[in-house]
Amino acid sequence: MADAIVAEGLVKKYGSVVALDGLDLVVPEGSIMGLLGPNGAGKTTAVRVLTTLLEFDSGRAAVAGLDVVKDARELRKRIGLSGQYAAVDETLTGFENLDMVGRLYHLGRQPSRDRARELLERFDLVDAADRQVKGYSGGMRRRLDLAAALVAKPVVLFLDEPTTGLDPRSRLGMWDVIEELVAGGTTVLLTTQYLEEADRLADQIAVIDHGRVIAEGTSDQLKAQVGGERLELTVASARDVAATRAALGPLAIAEISVDERSHHVVVPVSGGADLLVEAVRLLDADAVKVLDIGLRRPTLDDVFLTLTGHSAEDEKSEEERGA
Amino acid sequence: MSLTLPPITPAPMPRAPRSVLQRLRWLISDSWNVASRDLIHWIRQPVRLFSSVMYPVVSILIFGYVFGNAVMVVGGWNYREFLMPGLFGQSIVLGVGVTLVAIAEDTNRGVNNRFRTMPMSRAGYLAGRSIADLLNSTLDIVVLMLCGVAVGWTWHLGFGNVLIAFGLLMLLRVAMIWLGIFLGLIIKPENTSVVWTVLLPLTMFSDTFVSPQMMPEWLGTISEWNPLSATVGAIRELFGNPGWPGDSWVSTHPMVMAVVWPLAIIAVFWPLSVRRYRSMS
Repeated sequence: MADAIVAEGLVKKYGSVVALDGLDLVVPEGSIMGLLGPNGAGKTTAVRVLTTLLEFDSGRAAVAGLDVVKDARELRKRIGLSGQYAAVDETLTGFENLDMVGRLYHLGRQPSRDRARELLERFDLVDAADRQVKGYSGGMRRRLDLAAALVAKPVVLFLDEPTTGLDPRSRLGMWDVIEELVAGGTTVLLTTQYLEEADRLADQIAVIDHGRVIAEGTSDQLKAQVGGERLELTVASARDVAATRAALGPLAIAEISVDERSHHVVVPVSGGADLLVEAVRLLDADAVKVLDIGLRRPTLDDVFLTLTGHSAEDEKSEEERGA
Repeated sequence: MSLTLPPITPAPMPRAPRSVLQRLRWLISDSWNVASRDLIHWIRQPVRLFSSVMYPVVSILIFGYVFGNAVMVVGGWNYREFLMPGLFGQSIVLGVGVTLVAIAEDTNRGVNNRFRTMPMSRAGYLAGRSIADLLNSTLDIVVLMLCGVAVGWTWHLGFGNVLIAFGLLMLLRVAMIWLGIFLGLIIKPENTSVVWTVLLPLTMFSDTFVSPQMMPEWLGTISEWNPLSATVGAIRELFGNPGWPGDSWVSTHPMVMAVVWPLAIIAVFWPLSVRRYRSMS
C-alpha cells in the first residue's frame, strides 16, 4: 500500500520561533493518523504546509504522490481541509455555500448543485439547506464545513481540530461522521488536543511537541509508554504514608512513588475499578486515614509529562506568555 | 445520527487550464463566483443598502447645509456645486474600509484558507473582490449624484465628461481596492475600526470640503498632495464645477495627478497584495 502523506525533516521558522523543527511523518493510504499535541506544538503549521497553504524553510513533503510545492496546483484538486473554525459564509445558505465551492472546483453548474444536495443529505442538513448559516448551531457549521471539504471527493482529508469548541453531543456526532468517512477509505490526517479523540478515531497517533514528532504508535502503545492506570492517594500524615505503602504494596505493578511533604502516594496498578474497591478495603483494615483516593487513567497531560517532562498546560501558558 | 457514506473515489476533475484562453475563462468564472457571493450579501443585508443611501443624504445635510453656509466660494457659486465632487471622492476613498473589512473577515474566518486549498485561480479571489467593490461604489456614486442633482448640483460640460469623471473615480477606487486588500491581509479583524479613524481625516485633509488655500500652510501642502485632491480637482474641471486651485504644480495639474496617483498606488500595492496572499501564514 502506498503512502498518502510523506513528510521528511520539515522546518518552518517564524523569525526566531521554530514552529516545525524537522517534522517526519508517514501516513499509509486509507488510514487515519492522529496528530496529538497541545496548542502551539506545531500541529496546525504541519497541516498548513501539507495543504499547500504555507511555504516552509526546508525538508520535503508529498501528499497523494504529489510534491506540496512543485505540484501544488495539481494537489489542490485532491485534498480537502476542514479547519479549526468553520470556514463557511454566514450570510449564504448551507446549499449556497456547497454550491459555490463546487463551482470554484469547476465541477460545472449542474454537478455542483447535485453534489451540494447529496452532501446536505449525508450530513443531515437537508432541513437547514436553505437557511442562512448564521442561524446554524456550532455542530451544524462544522458538519457543513466538513461537507465543503468533501465537495470534490478528496483522496486525502485534513481535519484540523474538528471538534474543538463543540459541546459533547456535537462532538460525538462529528466522530460518527469521521468514522464513516474513514470506513470509506479516505486517508485522514486529524489534529487534536484530546487523547480521547485520537484514541477513538486514529489508527496511528503521532505525538508532536515543539515542532517534532516525539512519539508514535497506536493508542495502546502510547498509553503503555505512559504507564497505564494508577491509584493516587492523599493521606493525613507521614505515618499514614508508610502504612499506605505497606498496605498497597501487593497491588502495585511498579514502584510506588511518594511525596513525603504533601503525603501524596501514587501506585501504578492494573485492573480497573475493582482494584479501587480492594485498595479501600486494605487501607481501611489498616486504619489508614485517607483524605482523597482515585483511580487515574492516562490523559494527554500524562502522555506529555512522561514524553517531554513538561505538561501540556505548561506549554499553553508558555505560549500565552510568548504572545 | 447515522450516516452512510459510500466509499470515496476521486472524482473526475476537469483538467487544469493550459491555454491562455482557458486560464482566462477560469479566472473570469472564479472571480464572478466570488463576486456573486458579495451580491448575495447585499440582498440579504438590507442595512448595508440602507446605509449606502443614507450616507450621501446625511453628508449633504452636514456639509452642504450645516458647515456649507459658513463657506464662501469665489465667484458667488453655490457651495454645493463645489461640495458634490468632494463627496464623490470621499465616498471612493472610504471604500478602502469596505474592501479591508471584507478581506479581514474572510481571512479570519478561514474562508481564504479554504479558497487557497482549492484549485481555483488565486487571482480569481482578488479579482472577485474587486468586481464586487466596483459595483458597490458605482451604486454609491449614482445615488450620490442623484442626491446632488436634488440639491442643485449639476454638470455643465456634457455627458461625455461625466463618463470620464466616473472613469477617474473608478480608477481611484481600483487603487483603494488594492490598498484595502493589502491592509485587510495584514490587519486583525478586531483592529479594523482603527482604519476609519485614520481614513476620515485623510478624506478631509484635501480639497474635498474646503480649498487647501484656506488651511495653515503646512496642512495646505499636505492637502494639495493628497491623491484625493487630484481626483476631486480633476472631476470638478470635468463637470465644470467651481474649484479653487492653488498655484503649486500638483494643484494646477489635477488631470495628470488623478491618473498618476492611482496608477502609482496600484503599482505598489498590487504586487504587495498578491505576494502576501500567496504566502499568507
